[in-house]
Formats: sequence, C-alpha cells, structure tokens
Amino acid sequence: MSQLIQLWNTVYAFLGHDVTAGVIGLLILLAFIPLHVVFLVWFEMKVCAHIQLRPAFMEVGPHGILQNLADGIKMIGKDLITPKLADKFLYFIAPIVIFIPAFVGYIVIPFSPNLLIKDINVGVLLIFAFSSLTVLSVLMAGWSSNNKYSLIGAVRSVAQNVAYELPLLLSTMSVVIMTNSFSMREIIEAQSPVWFVVYQPVAFILFLISTTAENNRAPFDLVEAESELVSGFHTEYTGMRFGLFFLAEYTNMVIAASMATALFLGGWRGPFLPGIVWFFIKVYFLIFVVYWIRWTFPRIRFDQLMNFAWKVMIPVALLNLIVTAVVLKVL
Amino acid sequence: MLTIKTIDDSNIHQRVYQLNLGPQHPSTHGVMHFILTLDGEVVVACDPHIGYSHRGHEKMAENRTYEQYLPNPTRMDYLSGLIFNYGYCQAVEKLCGIEVPKRAEYIRVITSELNRIASHMIGIMDFVMGLGAITPFVYGWDDREQILDLLEMVCGSRLTYSYGRFGGVRNDITQEFYDGTRRFIDRMRKRLKDYHDLITGNIIFIKRSENVGVLSKETALEYGVTGPTLRGSGVPYDVRKNEPYSAYPEFEFEIPTREEGDCLARYLVRMAELEQSLNIIEQALDRLPPGPIRADVPRFITPPPGEVYFSFESARGAVGFYIVSDGSRIPYRIKVRSPSFSNVFVMSKICPGHFLADVIAIFGSIDVTVPEIDR
Repeated sequence: MSQLIQLWNTVYAFLGHDVTAGVIGLLILLAFIPLHVVFLVWFEMKVCAHIQLRPAFMEVGPHGILQNLADGIKMIGKDLITPKLADKFLYFIAPIVIFIPAFVGYIVIPFSPNLLIKDINVGVLLIFAFSSLTVLSVLMAGWSSNNKYSLIGAVRSVAQNVAYELPLLLSTMSVVIMTNSFSMREIIEAQSPVWFVVYQPVAFILFLISTTAENNRAPFDLVEAESELVSGFHTEYTGMRFGLFFLAEYTNMVIAASMATALFLGGWRGPFLPGIVWFFIKVYFLIFVVYWIRWTFPRIRFDQLMNFAWKVMIPVALLNLIVTAVVLKVL
Repeated sequence: MLTIKTIDDSNIHQRVYQLNLGPQHPSTHGVMHFILTLDGEVVVACDPHIGYSHRGHEKMAENRTYEQYLPNPTRMDYLSGLIFNYGYCQAVEKLCGIEVPKRAEYIRVITSELNRIASHMIGIMDFVMGLGAITPFVYGWDDREQILDLLEMVCGSRLTYSYGRFGGVRNDITQEFYDGTRRFIDRMRKRLKDYHDLITGNIIFIKRSENVGVLSKETALEYGVTGPTLRGSGVPYDVRKNEPYSAYPEFEFEIPTREEGDCLARYLVRMAELEQSLNIIEQALDRLPPGPIRADVPRFITPPPGEVYFSFESARGAVGFYIVSDGSRIPYRIKVRSPSFSNVFVMSKICPGHFLADVIAIFGSIDVTVPEIDR
C-alpha cells in the first residue's frame, strides 16, 4: 500500500497537477460516457413509451433499466461487416473520428463549481471547433459505405450542419458579448442574479433549435430519416461501429444540453441542492424536451430545413446579436 | 513523392442516378419496389415494380369449389379482408340468385364498416409515419386493436376472416359485440378529435403534405384510380353510393370529397370517411332487424352456367369480382379487379419533380396494400 502511495507521489510530481488531473478525468469520462448513454437510451425509450401509452421494456432489471446494458454488450459481440466495395480505410476510421469531438466536449463542461476537468479560457470555442468534426465523419461514413442511401444521408448532413452552425454560433455570441469571456465557468459565474435566458430568450430558442439540428435529432433527423433513407449514413455499419455512431449521437446531445444549461440556464446555480444536482436536473429537462419533440412531430423536408435556416434562423440570430451589442454599448 | 489517386471524371456525363426504393425498405409497406431516377434528391422518374407477393389466388380458384375458395379473397387485401370476403359471397349470390336475409346484410354492413375503419387507421397512420411521426401510428394501432377485438368476438379471427357465407354470415352477433361496438363508436369520436389536434393541426404535417403529389381529376380518371385517392381529387365516386349493394341504400351517409388532390386532401378524405363509417355503424345498430342470419342455401352450391361481375367498395377503392361458371361446383375462372393495382401506377405520373421524401409521403397517402396488387 505504502509503495503504491509512493508510486503515486512520484507520478504526480513528475507529471504535475494539471496533467494528472487531466488523465484521471479522461479515464473517468471514458467510463462515464458509455454508461451515461446507456442510461439516456433507457430514458428515451421510457419517455417515448409513456408518450405512446405503453410501459416499454420491464423485464431486465427494475423497470428494464439493465436492458440497454445487455443490448450494448450484445452489440460489442456482433460481427463487424465491411461491404465489399467500401472504401476500407475511410469506412474503418469514420466511427472513430465521430467519437473524438463527443469526447473532447466533456473536458470543458463545468458540472459544478469544482467538478470540471479543465477550465480553458476558450472552452465554448473548443466545443464548437471539435463538434464541426462530426460532419466530416458523417461524410466519410456516407461516402465510404458505397450505398446510395448512405450517400444521400451524408450529403444532407453536410448541408444541414453548415447551415445550422451559423445560428448556433451567432446565438452563443450574444452571450459571449454579455460576459466578455469564452470560458464556460466565467459565463456561469456571470449569471449571478438572473440567468441569461431572461436577457436572451431569443438566443436560447435559437440555440436549442440549432443544436437539435446539429445533432440530427427529430424533427431535423434527415440524415438518418428511417422512413426515407433506411438509416442514412450508418446504414451499412454493424456491431460496435454502429454503436460508436449511436454513442456519439447521444453524447453530442448531452453536450448540447450542457452548453445550453451553462450558457443560458445558470449552470450549477440553484437553491438548496448541490450544484451538480442542479446541473443535471437542467440538462435532463432539456434532453426530455428534445425527446418530447422527437416523439410528437413529423420530420421536415430537406428544402424546408434549409429555407428555415437561411431565411429565418440566421437573420433572427444576426438581429439578436446586433440588438445585444447596441444595448450593451448604450447602457 | 506522395501520389494521390483521383477519379477520372472526364467521361462522367450522367447527372442522374437510379435508386432502388424497395423491395425491402421500411416505408414500402411490404414488398413494393420503385426504381427511382434521381437528380440529386429530385425525382426524375418513378417506375413501380410489382409481383413480389404474387401467390396466384385467381388461379387457385380454378381447382377448388366455391366454398373452398371462401378464405382466399381475405388474403388478397389483408387489411380490409372482411370486405373482400363479403364481396366474393355477394358475387356468388348474384350468380346463383340467392336472397340474403335483412339481418345478415346489416351484420355485414356493421362488420365491414368496422373493418374499413381499421384499414383506414393503418392507411392514415402509415402515411403519418412515413412523414416521420411515429407516435400517432401507435395510437392508431390502439384503435385498430379495439376493432380487432370486436371482430374476433364475432368472426373468431383477427386478420384473415372467413365470416361470410353464401346467403348470409356464419353466426349471429352477440350482445357483447353489440355493446362493445357502441362503446367503440363513442371512444372513436373522441379519438378523432385528438387526431385532428395532434396531426391535422400540426404545421410540419401541413407543410409536408400540402401541394405535394397533386393528382388532377383527369389523371385520376385516366388511370382508373378509385377510393379515397379518387375522392381526394374531387370525383365523388363511391360504389356504395353510385352502384348501391347490400343494405347501403338504407343508410344515410355522405361521400367526402376534396378538390385539391394533394396528400393532405387524401388524408382529410380518409379522416372524414372514418366519421361516415361510424355514422353507418350507428344507424345499422339502431335499426338492426331480427330474423335469420342465413338464407336457406344448400351446403354445397352449384351455380348455373353463366358469368357475373360484382363491384363493391373496399377501403382502397372499387373492387370487382368477375366469376365465370360452367355449371360445375368449381368456378371456371375468377378475375379480380383490385383498386391498389390501378392506384399505385399513378405514382409514376405524379412523383417526378418531387423530392425523395415526398415519394414516401405520396405512396403513404395513396394507401396501397401490396398483396392486393399482386394477388
């Protein structure tokens, strides 16, 4: 035991505080993300089922909570099939690439005043920069699969992501202008008396809509629209390769909800309960809203999606940004 | 030196490509197959291919007796099977000149209208699911489930009924069925209000279906389109009204029509038809006459030589049974005119110019049963 402590001290002294904290944080994340996704899938299935007046799975564990864990284990055991005419390298690397941005995003999210892996002064930018990689991976997966449905899905994805990244960044900018900071922590600390959702309701709604579109969630799930494209860009993927796409989708959703919480809903702030509880209450509320929308609305068509982005979202976001800047300057 | 392999695109002149939508695809309701020629996502040509579920039901008739053929029509259109079952019985009755008792006719009307509601429920909800809304589909199945329970009480089976007999029906309806149907009518009227709130009022739904797949009156008539698809294009043709059969002339009901001819119009026509069907059932239950449920018909019938054509309205349109008898116990030939066959080919006319997503919407709004096309 004492030897272990000694080893730990040596490693700590050698690497320094930041690196050690970073490595441990990443290891915890590696365990946390898949388990959290398993829970989120269970949560979605339950929300969906109760919207549809049915109980969903009840057999494995209390209220079927272990069902998705079992599904996940089964998925790991599945054969990894590569289509004969696929572009082998791109096909192999696409699911790995999609997981990186989802993973990196977690590093800068402050779950509570003390619980964050690294407070980077451009945290918000970091998440956006990495989440742009997602579309690259989707394009690689869609192109390399050598399947027309996958290709259509991938092409849709690129257009959609480019269109919705603009209102997303513009709506975030109005918050950044108010705080003069890109650091997630400082933004939360600036929301001391009132949350920014009170000052920036338009930006909040724009942010929610654009993140839903960025994450390909319904009603903007054209990338994997199952009634049109079978399952879009990941039609040909099997086993854990498909699992990584699935994991990334849900992780991106958590990051989007966490960002909305941090930027607009005061992050960990709230009475009585500890910060982390408040943070997750807000995150889960936003995720619930996303599920609720998904299981209620039909999907919109591609041209309508693009029209909505370029003709409504971006002008409104720009206007909101200008008004924010002018009001801040005048006051 | 790193060399990058590139595709030689100097010989590529073709802008369009072909996409096989089906025969195995989540939205083609079984094994429908469309060969789409696409330019990007815009459809240039749509070529429906049929025949994947051909079982030879018409040929089967040529080597079995009239009674043995009773279960077959149900399997042509499994969603409104009871109506097909009665249609075949009525064709044979017309051939033999059998008079059906009043009570049997009323029971036939009640059960076939229930079956029509169940079929429309799937038609509507499949269309909505093709647009991406999954929850209404589950609600629709819930309602259909109630109907299947009711029909199980009286027919004994839930999907492939064989309840009709020559000259009547197999057995009388029970008090339980009578009460259950009354309860179902009340329930369904409430649910229809919910559906209008959930689906018809939804802005995304309206944007997705309005002015999509416009089928003009002329095209519809040229292609021989019938049923709600034709009525959505503004032609008030319904066999129940235009060539009345069974007990339908005794009930008051309207033929809902819309002029627009788009997906939304077809959807609204089906929704309106649900209400009309409920009205018919209610009237039939109110005035259900006492008496026998089956005419005095020999166990094995031998129709006189001759031929007969009988037309009736299934949930998808006008169905025709053409029976040729040579005076033996086995039909010489049976030919069925099925509505889905005529309806589905109108796709090749109205799809070009629409998006890929619209093809799914149009196909859903036409509401086709694939086994009925192929038989």
